[in-house]
Amino acid sequence: MLSFFLRRVAIALPTILLISVFVFALQKLLPGDPLLVLAGEERDPEVLEFLREKYRLNDPIPVQYLTWVGNALQGDLGTSFRTNQPVTELIAQKLPVTIQLAVMSLIFAVVIGIPAGILSAYRKGTVTDYVANVVALSGLSIPNFWLGIMLILLVSVKWQLLPASGYVPPGEDLWQSIRTMLMPAFVLGTALAATLMRHTRSAMLGVLTSDYVRTARAKGLSERKVVLKHAFRNALTPIVTLTALLFGELIAGAVLTEQIFTIPGFGKLVVDAVFNRDYAVVQGIVLVTAVGFIVMNLLADMAYFLLNPRLRNA
Amino acid sequence: MKTLTLTTAALALLATGVMAQDLRIALQSDADILDPDQSRTFVGRIVYASMCDKLVDITPDLEIIPQLATAWTVAEDGMSIDMTVREGVVFHDGTAFNAQAVADNIERSQTLEESRRKSELSSISSVEVTGDYTLTLNLKAPDATVMAQLADRAGMMISPAAAAEKGADFGLAPVCSGPFSFSERVAQDRIVLTKFADYWNADQINFDSVTFLPIPDTTVRLANLQSGDIHMLERLAPTDLAQAEADAGITVVSAVSLGYQGVTFNVGNGEKSDTPWGNDKRLRQAFSYAMDREAINQVVFEGAYAPGNQSFPPTSPWYNAEFPIEARDVEKAKALLAEAGFPDGIDLTVQVPNTTIPLQLMQVVQAMAAEAGIRVEIVSKEFATLLSDQSAGDYQASQIGWSGRVDPDGNIHQFVTTDGGINDSGFSHPAVDEALNAARSQADTAARKAQYDAARAILIDEAPLVYLYHQSWITAMDAKLTGYTPYPDGMIRLEGVSLSE
Repeated sequence: MLSFFLRRVAIALPTILLISVFVFALQKLLPGDPLLVLAGEERDPEVLEFLREKYRLNDPIPVQYLTWVGNALQGDLGTSFRTNQPVTELIAQKLPVTIQLAVMSLIFAVVIGIPAGILSAYRKGTVTDYVANVVALSGLSIPNFWLGIMLILLVSVKWQLLPASGYVPPGEDLWQSIRTMLMPAFVLGTALAATLMRHTRSAMLGVLTSDYVRTARAKGLSERKVVLKHAFRNALTPIVTLTALLFGELIAGAVLTEQIFTIPGFGKLVVDAVFNRDYAVVQGIVLVTAVGFIVMNLLADMAYFLLNPRLRNA
Repeated sequence: MKTLTLTTAALALLATGVMAQDLRIALQSDADILDPDQSRTFVGRIVYASMCDKLVDITPDLEIIPQLATAWTVAEDGMSIDMTVREGVVFHDGTAFNAQAVADNIERSQTLEESRRKSELSSISSVEVTGDYTLTLNLKAPDATVMAQLADRAGMMISPAAAAEKGADFGLAPVCSGPFSFSERVAQDRIVLTKFADYWNADQINFDSVTFLPIPDTTVRLANLQSGDIHMLERLAPTDLAQAEADAGITVVSAVSLGYQGVTFNVGNGEKSDTPWGNDKRLRQAFSYAMDREAINQVVFEGAYAPGNQSFPPTSPWYNAEFPIEARDVEKAKALLAEAGFPDGIDLTVQVPNTTIPLQLMQVVQAMAAEAGIRVEIVSKEFATLLSDQSAGDYQASQIGWSGRVDPDGNIHQFVTTDGGINDSGFSHPAVDEALNAARSQADTAARKAQYDAARAILIDEAPLVYLYHQSWITAMDAKLTGYTPYPDGMIRLEGVSLSE
């Protein structure tokens, strides 16, 4: 198990390095001069030159990259062009926000998606199955931004039940924090629930027709035990991997959801940073996201180990 | 006894509910660094309006009035300005405000490496402190724009003690002398200011704190106002105007901005200017004649903005009334095209920022131009790209906007004078240079106006920039808010504003 883990980590390191080179290069290829945006309406040439020097944009690109890597290795990701805040501080401020959104969305996705998947597999071909499929399909096809705005207009403006947008840290007021995050988590969760439901359904369908399920039934076990204990456990492995992989989708989805609901998270940070050509911030975010993604995959692999006894001996 | 305690507790709760009044204002975007010398965003200025007092302020009619400076006189020869500043003012950190503080502030604006205010204050050669509360600004040359500059960021007074201590990082915890002091900022989430008890004009301030919330999406911004999560929002989208006005709980006010929007042509900025569009003014005139400015305002902006054809809105005292907005004249446009040698029409490539409003605008422009035989090709670019292409001269025509300045000079000089800092058009005309340079140093308003009028006559004829409309600052707010006056600079001034129960 340990050697497996270490092997995985060793593979991950060059991946991260490659990603950082790629992102750095990509930003330099982007048209548009960050300093023109930064210098403001007047674009004073003196100011432009000063900023160019300050952010070392006159250095050759490989030198700029190496400087950045050198600083990054010491935990310094630079400062935002726009607000002068250290990038590490910005990320530390935003990461918990998006993690909260991701966790709450995943809860929605799992609570809706998995039972729906089990149910629709178990009742294959019935009205329940069709209804579940139609709902899942709608969850996938309805764009986040549309659902988000509709929910705001209905729940916040018309019924005045939940805050329309924004963010309250859980440390400040836990209940208010959950209330504020409810709608965005639901919007983000529905799309994931749909994917999860479809996969749970097909995994369950495969298992439900297998011999050991028939044997379990023949033993006289209750349907509940057959489905949840015998069948579902075996269908769980691919679902766990999928859930971990959904993390990536979650971050991507958060970009849009955070824009609509004005949540000061990672997604909003990266979008604003790209538009403002805030290089240091974009690089920092991509690096942290890449590391996060790799860690999630590692965790999925570990979970495999725990869920599937056959792998443990391999 | 128990009931009594409960009642007292309830009363106490009620009392604090009334006393701790927080005003929540939604902004269209997040402010940049909160240092008046370094910042450059419009929303940043809105935050300053509650946090940092300036030497002078403006009235809604653009007259310059005292704020921290109580009196000033320009010397006969225009080479200096004597100024008296307010006594009994303290900064948020307790530092006293006086003439020396003004000198320190101007020095910082002129010398801090990161300062964006250098050009705004470039005409001040030195500041002489003549008493505790009196000083003299010495000028390099007569400059009629100085006082107007001091009515904006260049005139904002920050605590010299805090500035010396924090240097370029001042913006992370700004210390000014305005009605509210800085408490906290979470990037992209909120900026919180708390009432400053020692404010010199504290009687006029009726809130205990102000929270600024950046909410970029216009629909969401309005939804927040309708659901009662915020009290006020700036820049309501014209498309949301009907919805907001229909809501009895919301009041909408607006003021025509100081800025302008239009299309700039590349007439002399690099190789790409060597096209019929850059070389022949008749084509640009034809483009202008093809535009129905009133229709643009109605179709794209629900009639909420102001049509325009000059760098100042028709309501401005600097507008040249000799050149009113002409009615659309497609025949004249066609005739001009034919005269220029394009009887069968001509192509024009216009670059536009890839956001909703500019694209809608340009589609309407495209349709209008087509009727006159001008085939507009719209190239939409992401803003940063558009800006660098425009400044590098890599364009034929570009959609442009300017947020506007209090002094007329700021709306025109740098765009059309030969060495102008933002002359992306590459326009150059000796008579325009002469008139606009003269207007800068002319103290007499009527004489200044004559110079601007002279320049305008040439600019209308040459048409390097075709102005289309002037944005309005539309503010929507809780109907319970009273005492708010909209200003053409779009700033939110909270003196005298209160929330009735």
